[in-house]
Amino acid sequence: MRATVPFRRIVELGIKSLLLHKMRSILTMLGIIFGVCSVIAMLAIGEGASYEAQQAIKQQGSANIIIRSVKPAEGGGSSGSSGSSSRGSATEYGITYKDAGRIQETLPGIRRVLAARIIRDEVRAGQVAFPCQIIGTHPIYQDINNLEIVRGRFLGTIDETYMNNVGVITASLAERLFPSTDPLTQQVKVGADYYQVIGIVRERGIEQKRTQSGGGNEGQPLDSNLYIPLSTARSRFGETLIRRSAGSFQAERVQLHQLTVQMDDPDLVESAADQINAIMVKFHEKKDYEMIVPLLLLKQAEEAKRRSNIVLGSIAAISLIVGGIGIMNIMLATVTERTREIGIRRALGARKRDIVTQFLVETVVLSVGGGLIGVVLGIILPFVVTALYGMKAIITWWSPLLAFGISALVGVVFGLYPASRAAELSPIEALRRD
Amino acid sequence: MSRGAIISIRGLTKVFKMGDSEVHALAGVDLDIEEGSYVAIMGPSGSGKSTMLNILGCLDRPTDGTYHIGGKDVTHLDDDELSSVRGERIGFIFQSYNLIDQLTVIENIHVPLFYQGKDLVECWNHCEDLAKLVGLGQRLDHRPKQLSGGQQQRVAIARSLVNDPLMILGDEPTGNLDSKTGAEVLDLMDRLHGAGKTIVMVTHGDEVANRAQRVIHMKDGAIDREVVNRR
Repeated sequence: MRATVPFRRIVELGIKSLLLHKMRSILTMLGIIFGVCSVIAMLAIGEGASYEAQQAIKQQGSANIIIRSVKPAEGGGSSGSSGSSSRGSATEYGITYKDAGRIQETLPGIRRVLAARIIRDEVRAGQVAFPCQIIGTHPIYQDINNLEIVRGRFLGTIDETYMNNVGVITASLAERLFPSTDPLTQQVKVGADYYQVIGIVRERGIEQKRTQSGGGNEGQPLDSNLYIPLSTARSRFGETLIRRSAGSFQAERVQLHQLTVQMDDPDLVESAADQINAIMVKFHEKKDYEMIVPLLLLKQAEEAKRRSNIVLGSIAAISLIVGGIGIMNIMLATVTERTREIGIRRALGARKRDIVTQFLVETVVLSVGGGLIGVVLGIILPFVVTALYGMKAIITWWSPLLAFGISALVGVVFGLYPASRAAELSPIEALRRD
Repeated sequence: MSRGAIISIRGLTKVFKMGDSEVHALAGVDLDIEEGSYVAIMGPSGSGKSTMLNILGCLDRPTDGTYHIGGKDVTHLDDDELSSVRGERIGFIFQSYNLIDQLTVIENIHVPLFYQGKDLVECWNHCEDLAKLVGLGQRLDHRPKQLSGGQQQRVAIARSLVNDPLMILGDEPTGNLDSKTGAEVLDLMDRLHGAGKTIVMVTHGDEVANRAQRVIHMKDGAIDREVVNRR
């Protein structure tokens, strides 16, 4: 019938009228800016946090099952009174060498089993003494626990066979004990025995929180470890450990503090964990052990991440909706304010859809403009958070797209009502309005 | 329909529903307006002249009867088609000027062409000529708020001409102006009439009616009487 108005012209018209009210336009956009910004930033920080948690768990190995000795709650009380299970004066609990043997023999699909004794004592070098964890273990410990060799070497099979008095220390312990000398030429002293330092290692993961059974390692850096052969530990320390607490002596008999069972395949982990539990329950009257399955923790962490994403996402979505309502509010006011203009345009040949487009363009420009600014801020903000608080933030490729898409949608959805109200005004009524 | 009639109305009625009662604003009006004529429609308020103006301007639809404008039946057109008729065939002049505040003089003149999809750039000369015609060639970049009432109404007149309409429809165009500027505006209308434009004015001022060729008096929704001025 006749030429219609080019869409571009109507867009220009919308932008022009927004520019006439710069302050109002910017204030209206703020809601969307914050909404989009918070969607991206929140998702990035959530993603970063769960990434860190997952890395920490993966560090423990997804094919591993870790069993740790735990002092039973009843039995030996904290005051040192002789409990019912005491033999002589020592409390006996925990994983035994027999347990290790049974697990290794009964379970199919085991790649290897790593036993460790963990003794807490002071490690000395000359005048310097430092409280440490002394870990008696096998050479495969390095591989299973992902230790990085900084210098020298880790424990070898020969050290184990000959019960050599050798030890590997963590890098931070090396710094404390030997600030000025080369640790590899030195010896460390635990109790009455000297151990030649043969290597320095660094744990690749972040701190492992529950390294020791029974708790009580307050004030002791978690990464101050001395690794010695298990056979050496057994012969030097025996199985009875004496712990001083609150002025009284308390003896404990623990054969193994930790058992790491590595499966051939992560798929076997869940059923193997059940079977190990069955074996342990059979031979332990009291629950003097705990089992940690990193794979299950990982699954829990993923579930937790999914949940936190939903929570964060809904908060952000609500703020976007609030922003949208802000836009709608302003546009309704604008439509009322510009009723007369609408009437004039209608009288001079504008169709309803021309009016709808004009007002819709204004809301979409507001929301898309706000969305773009929000995306930029939302990408910058996680970096600021990382710099200030050291939290890891990961911006996934889809979160800016999602946030921007939602903001554009918000503009259309919340713009449609004011725009259609504008168009539905009767031109006669609109012209009469002042 | 008589020959040469640019507007032809037959049996036009308009009924408004007010709750349970019906108000017959127009009760069967027949009217022909020849091309190039100058018609004034007069009458007291409630006589139906505003309803008449709205229907003539395609801003409203009659309840019954027919309305042809330039030979085209516009009685049953839908909203979009009525918009087109307004934009292409009718030039409006309102009592309160009805310019768009945020637009400049030349942009205001251009508005009807905007909705025909024409860029201001491509019809700049045409719009500027009209501004000059109404004596505002030096004020193309002014906004309505910067102009006097008479100047604003002259912009509105320029705007009513921009789409080369079949009819210029005036709604009390001098109502907001003092008598001197009102006379200037009416002089301008005379010149347009002299140039062959068809003009229909709704008014209750005699000074407007005196310049028209035909004065149609309305009463109770019908044409009461018609006076033909001879000059």
